[in-house]
Amino acid sequence: MKILVCISHVPDTTSKINFTDGDTKFDTNGVQFVINPNDEFGLTRAMWFKEKQGASVDVVNVGGPETEPTLRKALAIGADTAVRVNTEAKDGMQVAKELAKVVQDGSYDLVIAGRESIDYNGGMVPGMLAALLDANFVNNCISLEVDGTSAKAIREIDGGKESVSTSLPLVIGGQKGLVEESDLRIPNMRGIMMARKKPLNVVEPTSASAETASVSFEKPAPKGDVKLVDADNVGELVNLLHNEAKVI
Amino acid sequence: MSVLVYTESDKGTFKKIALEAASYAKAIADKMETTVTAVTINADDTSVLGNYGVDKVLKVNDSNLDAFNAKSYASVMQQATEKEGAKVVVVSSSADSKYMAPVLAVNLNAGYASNVVEAPSNTAPFTVKRNVFTNKAFANTSIDTDVKVVGLSKNAFGVVEHSASAAEEAFSPSLPESTVNVESVDKVTGKVTIADAEVVVSGGRGLKGPENWGMIEDLADVLGAATACSKPVSDLGWRPHSEHVGQTGKPVASNLYIAVGISGAIQHLAGINASKVKVVINTDPEAPFFKAADYGIVGDAFEVVPKLIEELKTFKAQQ
Ligand SMILES: Cc1cc2nc3c(=O)[nH]c(=O)nc-3n(C[C@H](O)[C@H](O)[C@H](O)COP(=O)(O)OP(=O)(O)OC[C@H]3O[C@@H](n4cnc5c(N)ncnc54)[C@H](O)[C@@H]3O)c2cc1C
Repeated sequence: MKILVCISHVPDTTSKINFTDGDTKFDTNGVQFVINPNDEFGLTRAMWFKEKQGASVDVVNVGGPETEPTLRKALAIGADTAVRVNTEAKDGMQVAKELAKVVQDGSYDLVIAGRESIDYNGGMVPGMLAALLDANFVNNCISLEVDGTSAKAIREIDGGKESVSTSLPLVIGGQKGLVEESDLRIPNMRGIMMARKKPLNVVEPTSASAETASVSFEKPAPKGDVKLVDADNVGELVNLLHNEAKVI
Repeated sequence: MSVLVYTESDKGTFKKIALEAASYAKAIADKMETTVTAVTINADDTSVLGNYGVDKVLKVNDSNLDAFNAKSYASVMQQATEKEGAKVVVVSSSADSKYMAPVLAVNLNAGYASNVVEAPSNTAPFTVKRNVFTNKAFANTSIDTDVKVVGLSKNAFGVVEHSASAAEEAFSPSLPESTVNVESVDKVTGKVTIADAEVVVSGGRGLKGPENWGMIEDLADVLGAATACSKPVSDLGWRPHSEHVGQTGKPVASNLYIAVGISGAIQHLAGINASKVKVVINTDPEAPFFKAADYGIVGDAFEVVPKLIEELKTFKAQQ
């Protein structure tokens, strides 16, 4: 089985979010970039397939040279090859189109993407990619088993979960649950050394263009101070929630 | 060229997010001086939709659509869009809608903006405001294609009533062959779910152990709330993973979020920032959650929560 894991290069959760150029660009100053958490669960599941069932695992990112350390980290975790599509990621559709080309060129059977990336939170790429490829698609995937060309998956739905059966070629939008957090791997020294020798192929983009554009950014209005209620006067909280906040 | 909206129903009853999506579609239609057409799937009585600004209902009834399937549902929406010549398609932010919308966008060659929080500030270029960076910022996003798909964030626009009546039309689109088959559905019944809840009561590691969750459930009961938890709580197995909210868990966009014994780490806050009013109960006055909260009580959950339950019961009895 040939597996491709889509890796989004995102600001670490604790990053301060600021904008420059008249609030038109994300300020990367001092920001640490990491593998998108949802993709990390997918990458670890892919390693499981590789080790338990035999599979090759490639990782891909659509982005400039600055994303290479993130791809190297994925190689250090155990991916075989990395591909970087050499263009700025502009919106979900453009990224999905670039990824679709990589999937077709590499004839992948299974594509694992994250449910959403924690920067733009679009949740668009996996579904768009599946539709472009006319592949089967399971979103919010929290469990995946593959046997030959048939697959069983569990997806999270509002208020529960749903078990589905489908077949390869398959694209999933994965998340926590694909593997437990305790199973996530931290690259060790040997992995890091090996990653240096693994191929990181840079491919040129197709002419896919974006269909949406972030014209400007805003930050939420500063929040007022918390209103503290005395622990001996809990009734006051009920009063405030009813009369002031009007939420009960 | 009406505005099309997908109105989700569950066993024939429209979800609140569907009524919110319809209200939102009406706001767009007013701006574009056009009408709203809703698509319903396997809902019997659609008369209520008129009250939320819908002019026409395309009613789809097909037992092949009993179980949600992104490809089939996207195909239904695509055919409805083409039939109506719609330029804007509104969907909600339910798990199903978020599953379907990207597929629909590809089918329609449409640009898609998700997590939208306001009516468009402009219709040419069509510009909407979206939540980005896990609710730490907004992006004003233009959708530059002829047909546009807009995904509305839950509770961002609210339900707006209009007095109208919607004309009904049966619609029988052709369905693609389904290749993802639903084997079983395991849904919590009789409990409010985090996705649908107006109020969420959440507990953290400060509750010390699963045996203490009774009071969290009691508090949720008086409020008709869903229960949730912080990540370590689900990692420790005190509560199911489906209750874990935050960056790597579920997002919460309720009207009221009550956090008990939760420190308010940034990863937790990322998931609950979209909630309107936040209340924190914590022994530690330095807990970061107090900076994010609207109301707070510095105190021991084991004393405060039982008192709060009593006060709420008295309050409810007076209503
Ligand atoms: C990549 C990544 C992703 C993450 N994703 C998430 C996520 O999605 N969701 C999430 O929640 N966390 C997430 N975390 C973990 C997060 O950083 C925090 O560790 C976690 O939210 C802390 O949970 P807590 O507040 O329940 O526990 P603690 O940090 O242990 O805090 C417990 C709180 O309870 C208070 N307390 C103790 N006793 C009492 C009492 N008797 N009455 C009242 N208060 C009391 C304490 O003062 C303290 O503030 C993530 C971390 C990482 C690195």
